[in-house]
Amino acid sequence: MKVIQASNIKKQFDDVEVLKGISLEVNKGEVLAIIGPSGSGKSTLLRCLTQLEHIDTGEIYVCGQQMVQTQNNHAIYASPTDLVKMRLETGLVFQNFNLFPHFSALRNVTEALIHVLKTPKDEAKSKAISLLKRMGLEDKLDAYPCELSGGQQQRVSIARALALSPQVLFFDEPTSALDPELTNEILKIIRELANEKMTMVVVTHEMNFAKEVADRIIFMEEGIIACEGAPNDIFGSAQNDRLRSFLGHFNI
Amino acid sequence: MKLDIPSLIIQMLEYTKISLVIFFLTLIFALPLGLAISLLRMSKLKILNIPIRVYLLIVRGTPLMLQLLFIYFAPYYLLGLSYDRFVAAILAFTLNYAAYFAEIYRGGIESISKGQYEAASMLGFTKLHTFIKIILPQVVKRILPSMGNEFMTLVKDTALAQTIAVAELFRIASNAASRASSTLPYIIAGIIYLILNSLIEWIFNKVEKHLDYYK
Repeated sequence: MKVIQASNIKKQFDDVEVLKGISLEVNKGEVLAIIGPSGSGKSTLLRCLTQLEHIDTGEIYVCGQQMVQTQNNHAIYASPTDLVKMRLETGLVFQNFNLFPHFSALRNVTEALIHVLKTPKDEAKSKAISLLKRMGLEDKLDAYPCELSGGQQQRVSIARALALSPQVLFFDEPTSALDPELTNEILKIIRELANEKMTMVVVTHEMNFAKEVADRIIFMEEGIIACEGAPNDIFGSAQNDRLRSFLGHFNI
Repeated sequence: MKLDIPSLIIQMLEYTKISLVIFFLTLIFALPLGLAISLLRMSKLKILNIPIRVYLLIVRGTPLMLQLLFIYFAPYYLLGLSYDRFVAAILAFTLNYAAYFAEIYRGGIESISKGQYEAASMLGFTKLHTFIKIILPQVVKRILPSMGNEFMTLVKDTALAQTIAVAELFRIASNAASRASSTLPYIIAGIIYLILNSLIEWIFNKVEKHLDYYK
């Protein structure tokens, strides 16, 4: 089953064409890594797939349901109710966490369960506690984000996204704001989620991680998908000059 | 004429009540009105934000004393309508303070990062829920120091109500001072304003401490 299907997505900011016709599919249970230099459009692609940006033209399906189509060169989005439904199928973990600073770790996780999914309070609380336990934060339930390390904050934000049981979880450079030790904390969690067959799309600069965890890797450059394949193909005898020079910057 | 100090103080405290009524009524009306105005001011629609900007400029660009006189006397001179001077005072204070509150709210709202809205929308919160539960509490914390300033200024500005002959603390002090040719009533009035503002400062400090649990 395809969780995400996108074809020929184009997105322009003022005069700059950031996405120049991207097509991709994400299968259920798969981990897709997106790599590429800064400014290649990776984050914009993620933001388009999660409705944080509206595309100019193209088509996107989420779990088989049409989110946006193009008619007469104009993107036409589904109804607001359908968009909210599809949005809840797609969780997003931000680079800089974006936790709600005035809520405890626990309330960051329960808030959407209670107010969006209308889960009874007790049930929401026990679900949130078990998610935070899974993230190794059982002793931080009542802590506020400012009392947590970057790695702990990012784990709360992963728990917050998982609480809504999305079909796919997007990560936008989830470790870029963290030092190497905390980075490993987060990568360990993503690895565990991969073992549980969680569908994930991870924009990352951690090449070793992408190589080890991803089922498939997309290399983006200047708004297009320049290369796509299994980790062995991408990191093997890199067939594409640009990919080879990009990978040359990392110790792999 | 000799001053009867105890009865002067009792009388002044009596009229301090009027000053406080002006203070609280102004807050009750101007705090929500200011929020509505700040939202209109931030609207991208010119038909909404331009009239609001004109209003903000006029209110913040002219003396409050002039506004009091205009609001009380203009209906009379223009239309022959006269109305209660106390109502006029509340109206003038409300319109004036709502303008300042609106700009403080706007500063607070615009200081909240885009990421908060994006996180909220990814979780499926409605715009209203996002504003009330996520944005506004953070705004309140950030604008407390500026609001403290405004509240203290308002305590002192209630004295301007006497320009349209509303009998409040300052007017009573003025009258007593000129009757007795003494500055003592002014000193007593000054002490009362100072006590009120000390109280406000104390309350704001308490609230700031109370909200200190997060950054």
